[in-house]
Amino acid sequence: MATTSATPTGARRAPRGELTEQQKQEYWRYNVKLTTILLVIWFVVTFLISGLWAGYLNHITIIGFPLGYYMAAQGSLAIFVIEIAVYARLMNKKDDEYGIREEG
Amino acid sequence: MSLDKIFGFYTLGFLGVTILIGIGEKIGLFSNQMIGWIFMALSLLIYVIIGIVTRTSNADQYYVAGRGVPAVYNGMATGSDWMSAASFISMGGALSAQGFAGLAYVMGWTGGYLLLAVFLGPYLRQFGAYTIPDFLGARYGGHAARIVGVVGAIACSFTYLIAQVTGVGLIISRFIGLDFNVGVFVGLLGVLFCSVLGGMRSVTWTQVAQYIILIISYLVPVVYLSWTIFSIPIPELTYGQILQRNNTRAIEITRDAKEKETRALWKKDADEANAKIKAGGLPDAEVDKLKAQAALAGRQAVAPAATEDAKFSRYLTVPAGTGMWNFLALTFCLMVGTAGLPHILTRYYTTPSVRQARTSVAWSLFFIFLLYFTAPAYAAFARFTIYAKLVGTKLTELPRWVTLWKPAGLFDVVDKNNDGIVQWADFVVKSTDFVVLSMPEIAGLPFVITGLVMAGGLAAALSTADGLLLTIANAISHDLYYNVIDRTASLAKRLTITKVLLIVTALIAAYTATYRLAIIVELVAWAFSLAGASFFPALVMGIWWKRANKAGAVAGMWAGLIVTAYYMIGSRFYGVSWFGTQTIASAIFGLPVGFIVIWIVSLMTPPPPQEVQDLVVNVRYPKTGQATKGDPLGRDLPAAAR
Repeated sequence: MATTSATPTGARRAPRGELTEQQKQEYWRYNVKLTTILLVIWFVVTFLISGLWAGYLNHITIIGFPLGYYMAAQGSLAIFVIEIAVYARLMNKKDDEYGIREEG
Repeated sequence: MSLDKIFGFYTLGFLGVTILIGIGEKIGLFSNQMIGWIFMALSLLIYVIIGIVTRTSNADQYYVAGRGVPAVYNGMATGSDWMSAASFISMGGALSAQGFAGLAYVMGWTGGYLLLAVFLGPYLRQFGAYTIPDFLGARYGGHAARIVGVVGAIACSFTYLIAQVTGVGLIISRFIGLDFNVGVFVGLLGVLFCSVLGGMRSVTWTQVAQYIILIISYLVPVVYLSWTIFSIPIPELTYGQILQRNNTRAIEITRDAKEKETRALWKKDADEANAKIKAGGLPDAEVDKLKAQAALAGRQAVAPAATEDAKFSRYLTVPAGTGMWNFLALTFCLMVGTAGLPHILTRYYTTPSVRQARTSVAWSLFFIFLLYFTAPAYAAFARFTIYAKLVGTKLTELPRWVTLWKPAGLFDVVDKNNDGIVQWADFVVKSTDFVVLSMPEIAGLPFVITGLVMAGGLAAALSTADGLLLTIANAISHDLYYNVIDRTASLAKRLTITKVLLIVTALIAAYTATYRLAIIVELVAWAFSLAGASFFPALVMGIWWKRANKAGAVAGMWAGLIVTAYYMIGSRFYGVSWFGTQTIASAIFGLPVGFIVIWIVSLMTPPPPQEVQDLVVNVRYPKTGQATKGDPLGRDLPAAAR
């Protein structure tokens, strides 16, 4: 059993569907870290770039768009889509690494 | 045949029929009204057929579509479940009226999906309940949390449902000329056919079909318009140029002498009306009329830019001070509301696995994004048409779209200063819905595309109504009747109750809609704040904090609801104002209260049973966690169904 192993390689050796306490903690810590990073980006994009700072950014123009308006109307939306896609991808990959991938 | 093939053929078939109708129009076979009829009949027929083909009376199928909906299709279904009549018909127009401030809706209604993706979706799927009150009941134990959940789910969903039904009636009456009340009931038949026959299973596949219609019909007019102006068929890219031209034009209009004259005349009207109100002694009905006149004249008197030497028109100006606070608060409330609305959350129960639930949220937002990032383009192109094509023309030579849509009463063109020329201030907007509805004619497209837009609006309203109806009926039949009142009820009995409830709820909603209450629009905006303040804290804490217990959750949900409702009603009717916050952003106060109350009350009362705490930890790990089918606390519902 890969009880002492902290590496994903060790994790892969665990029987499917069962995790050691340490693996559980690692997996969860990774999830919390990823979630936190994504939420920080979400906050900055929504409330600072598309909100409080939008007035200043409007003085910059990109393909006709004042940047502040662009970020609130398109940029932030695109970033949300990418963020969720990244979350799904990374967490699903983590499931594979830890052998807790669900079928289907 | 695989799903991809089925929906591929369906899309091609739909496009083919649209082209055939277009040819029919060209050779003079169909009148405009006939085209409206064909599109309505055709789309309703599609939904009814899907309902019949996917009918079921298996519990897992009926409540959560057998947990077999692949991520991409669940994404499409969620997209049309989410995008309502308001998103489809009204958002483009609202943005063209509100400019930057309106972008709170665009961001709020998309950014909420990130909260849903990281805080709720995958975990709810892993938990494996049937409904949101089901989760609350299983996680917190006992009936108290479940019942608060039922009350919250019905309150949010029902107000929202009435708005959809109203939308259906408006679309049918506007395009086909049927009476509004008849239109409401015709539309409902389409909804009921699906939900009654096959529950979540039918609703899911119908929503996928509806998404395809609504996205095609939303994109076609504005893509074509972008192509005619810039030779680039990507309006989302080209409207930057339009924003620049509009901005220059807005400042010109602010300086123009004729425009100033027209605005001054409106200002005079507003002042006169206000003076009459002030003089007093008039009956209430007369005062209301004058107030409306004063408000309209006041709006027309506002120049498109704040000052003559402004760099940005009002449209592009970012609000400051209280305006900025309200913008941020509203964005936040719409986001948490999005992540707390039961009819959206239930959709993530229908995926086959946690990994598909995660991917599915990404697809959902992508499909929603396609429409929402186009909406500001609609707004910009509509304004451009008025600034560049309408303003300055002679009243005798109005463009075709104006003469065609003026009788519908959405806008009016008046010659305030009697110079025979249309000024910006001469264009009186009564309902900003004209932006999306008249876009095909603005772009110079044949009427068949207007019919397509009608089918799209109908799809948007019906798909949302479907999801809401099912949420309400399941909350009553599954959560209230089965789980609280009669645990021994057979599956057949429960499904019968659900079906009866679906019909009754739909009839009550339709009946309420026929009254055309003005408060409905506000109620929908409130639904977001209510959902955000009541469900969001209880769900997030239930998943992320194992120490959260029943007492805390129930107290927190009530506290969030009460604080939000207090501020809503207080600020709307009794002049309560905290930091100048607008009434639709009330959850900005209720949500933190909800979280804090859950936290404090949970710590003051005994922790939840060990098995529940273990469950909360196990839900973090796919596969190892709880059984992903049926009821998480061992009361296996599919087993009961067998």
